Amino acid sequence: MDFSIASILLLDGLTNGAIYALLGLATVLVFTVTRVIFIPQGEFVAYGALTLAIMQTGRVPGTVWLLLILAAIAACMDIFSAWQRHHRVVPALSSGLKTLLIPAAVAGLAAWAAPLQFHLGVQALLSVAIVTAFGPLVYRVAYQSLEDATPLVLLIVSVGVHFAMTGLGLLFFGAEGFRNPPFWDNRFPLGPVMLSGQAIIIGLTSLALIILLWLFFERSLYGKALRATAVNRLGARLMGISSHTSGQLTFAMAALIGALSGLLIGPSTTVFYDSGFLIGLKGFVAAVVAGLSSYPGALLGALFVGIVEAFGSFWASAFKEVIVFTLVLPILLWRSLSGGHSDEEH
Amino acid sequence: MLARRYGLWALIGVLGLVAVLPLPDFWITQLNYIGLYSLVGLGLVLLTGVAGLTSFGQAAFVGIGAYTTAWLTLNTGMSPWLTLFVGLAITGVSALIVAGITLRMSGHYLPLATIAWGLSLYYLMGNLDALGKYDGLLGIKGLTILGWDVGQGRGFFVLSWSVVVLASVAILHLLDSRAGRAMRSLRNGTQMAEAMGIDTLRYKIIVFVIAALLASISGWLFAHFQHSVNPSPFGLKMGIEYLFMTVVGGVGHVWGAITGALLTKLLEDHLQVLLPQLIGTSGSYETIVFGIILVLTLKFLPNGLWSLVDRHMPKPQRAMDWAQALPLSARTKPEQGELVLDVQAIRKTFGGLVAVNDISFQIKAGQIVGLIGPNGAGKSTTFNLITGLLSLTSGQVVFRGKTISGQRSREIASQGMSRTFQHVKMIPDMSVLENVALGAHLRGYKGVVSAMTRLNKDEERQLFKEAQTQLERIGMGAYLHEQAGNLAMGPQRLMEIARALCGDPALLLLDEPAAGLRHKEKQALAAVLRQLQGEGMSLLLVEHDMDLVMDVCDHLVVMEFGTLLTQGTPTEIQESPAVRAAYLGTEH
Repeated sequence: MDFSIASILLLDGLTNGAIYALLGLATVLVFTVTRVIFIPQGEFVAYGALTLAIMQTGRVPGTVWLLLILAAIAACMDIFSAWQRHHRVVPALSSGLKTLLIPAAVAGLAAWAAPLQFHLGVQALLSVAIVTAFGPLVYRVAYQSLEDATPLVLLIVSVGVHFAMTGLGLLFFGAEGFRNPPFWDNRFPLGPVMLSGQAIIIGLTSLALIILLWLFFERSLYGKALRATAVNRLGARLMGISSHTSGQLTFAMAALIGALSGLLIGPSTTVFYDSGFLIGLKGFVAAVVAGLSSYPGALLGALFVGIVEAFGSFWASAFKEVIVFTLVLPILLWRSLSGGHSDEEH
Repeated sequence: MLARRYGLWALIGVLGLVAVLPLPDFWITQLNYIGLYSLVGLGLVLLTGVAGLTSFGQAAFVGIGAYTTAWLTLNTGMSPWLTLFVGLAITGVSALIVAGITLRMSGHYLPLATIAWGLSLYYLMGNLDALGKYDGLLGIKGLTILGWDVGQGRGFFVLSWSVVVLASVAILHLLDSRAGRAMRSLRNGTQMAEAMGIDTLRYKIIVFVIAALLASISGWLFAHFQHSVNPSPFGLKMGIEYLFMTVVGGVGHVWGAITGALLTKLLEDHLQVLLPQLIGTSGSYETIVFGIILVLTLKFLPNGLWSLVDRHMPKPQRAMDWAQALPLSARTKPEQGELVLDVQAIRKTFGGLVAVNDISFQIKAGQIVGLIGPNGAGKSTTFNLITGLLSLTSGQVVFRGKTISGQRSREIASQGMSRTFQHVKMIPDMSVLENVALGAHLRGYKGVVSAMTRLNKDEERQLFKEAQTQLERIGMGAYLHEQAGNLAMGPQRLMEIARALCGDPALLLLDEPAAGLRHKEKQALAAVLRQLQGEGMSLLLVEHDMDLVMDVCDHLVVMEFGTLLTQGTPTEIQESPAVRAAYLGTEH
């Protein structure tokens, strides 16, 4: 290996690492606020990329129908629980309608816009909106009534959600894979490597999102509410922070991050309905490096995973995945020796 | 008990009938797979239902068992009956490594590690030339016993289901034993178990290894049944499906594993035909249904389908066959008046906060010492420092002439210091007797293997005799078979005291034993404490109830804001202006 190959691999690793970083951040975010280990994070990636791909063909993506179905289920659950509380028709129906409003609007917009074949940017924006709307609904339908369950139960629920979402992905997108057009296909020579426009977009988007997340948590009231929930759920609830709302908000952010990652990774690899899982799990490895608690840690971990993967695929391409996932064991060993926190009363 | 015992015989009877009746071969094949899945599920019952841990990587252990025997029989011509043990050894070592690395940390790292482990093993199997890459290994021979073909059909049915029944019975025996009770205590946090002297990390590792070994046996059977192996049945998806089966069937019950495997296999077969017809294209759409069922099960039937059956079965009453059992060996107790506990200037800081500030006091044999003070004075922290639950910042604790500070709580427990908890910690779904027997954990030594084979009967009788004796000693003789979770607060606290007494302590530490008790119960408690003192026991009491404290204690230690305010006899303390000021404030 010479310098130029090394730098190409490094660039490749950093580009993928930036995407894993986003997913790692989402994983940490979801875990700290809701104690859910969110295995289906990767499904949002695939949904995002495939929604855009179908829009490119001028058809209405299946996620629009799925979104409406999910919203209808969530609305029914809301109507039912509001009815149990008040036994009055109007508040029950209005709580259901509130749940239905945004998903229905997003779905309607997308269904109208899809055949008109707008510019790539508009379609990308719509795809992100559709997938983001999934977040709160998934939380509402699968997790909300189990908020006080142990992390173990929530983890098994996550597995169920992952199964269902992968299967639904197959149902609504089909088994075919898609590769999206790059958002910016210029290339710039940078020493021995060609820096692609897509890599620059990935880097800048990740950076921007990380800064936005930081601003959100440091400067906004909702961000502070989420942090409060992460530190102490009961305390936050006593201060008037609804754990339902913070859960749904968190899942919306996770879905947003997932969809963006899907758009970013779409042009550089063919995405199938089940591709999200492996991509999401690499974000997971990054989050585990950070002990599921630190955002900068997840960022560093993700870049590390990306680089290991790039060099692994050069030296032993067949064993790329083996190397990346076996990496978790030494990382965990290192964490258990250095941290040594025990699991009292989890 | 009868329904339960007949249940097992009924299962064996049904299996026997299936083996001889002229059922279609397809059914037998399906049942063979169900047996193999059940075996993996049994391990998950132990892991998830009993110990509160979980793994998505069981399929990988199945794969190790299958590939080991496939490679060895094909390449070295070894007998499959030998490769079984090679497979078990490799599985055991891998499980030990995974468990040893992850189980020290919070509970959710184990499932994460098993996901990664399952994935990497899958890709490893799929890429190694020696293992035939994704095509796998073909031409594996079927099993024979003394020339009799048990490699397929009914022969294999008898073999595989015998293994399932044996494993089920072994696990049922294990759960009803000293080691099993220790495993059942893991789910509710480790503090109580460690205070009873249970090495919780060790038991977690043991449980994980047992689950992996069961999976490995299933893989060994699988390879010889299929005559070929390839990576796909050992991937993460299958690992998740194993967990799915067990959770839906009932993760807390041995029979839940079999129920789950049976229903999942049948459902999967039907869905795989039905759904593609319904949708119009082929694909594994059954995962949608599986996912939804899993979420619904956890929401509405968290203990799985078997709990519907279990609910209607009478709870077994333990046969009391231990009247003739020999007493457990007891430690030598300190002489009356001998120095038992010497607390020397112990200090605990949390960041900048000094929670316990250089506290010193002593307890002599046969004394009841009370540790009192207003809320937030640091009493419980002091208590936890002495028993090793928290680590000291500085100072020393000497127990019967030996320095115990710096030791873990289970090491301290093993030297004869037993405790109760401010908030009762027990295993609600075990009987009072079993909960109390947990306290005698350190006085037994029989392990997993003797429990599975019921070679531990004598020791079990001794442990239960001790538990019964201690319960009767404190007036709980009427509650032996009650489920602990059904007890009122008063009996729960008394049960904790009995459990502590089972450890044959020289010093008993009670953390707010009267909290939440009614007046009569408090009087009964005072009588019990005095009775224990009369039998030569030394006690340290943290308590808010002044009547009780003044009534039973010989010596009082008063704390305020982490520091020692004063100490003396109850009369001296009652007259102390400093104590009055601490509790009631001063006049200005």
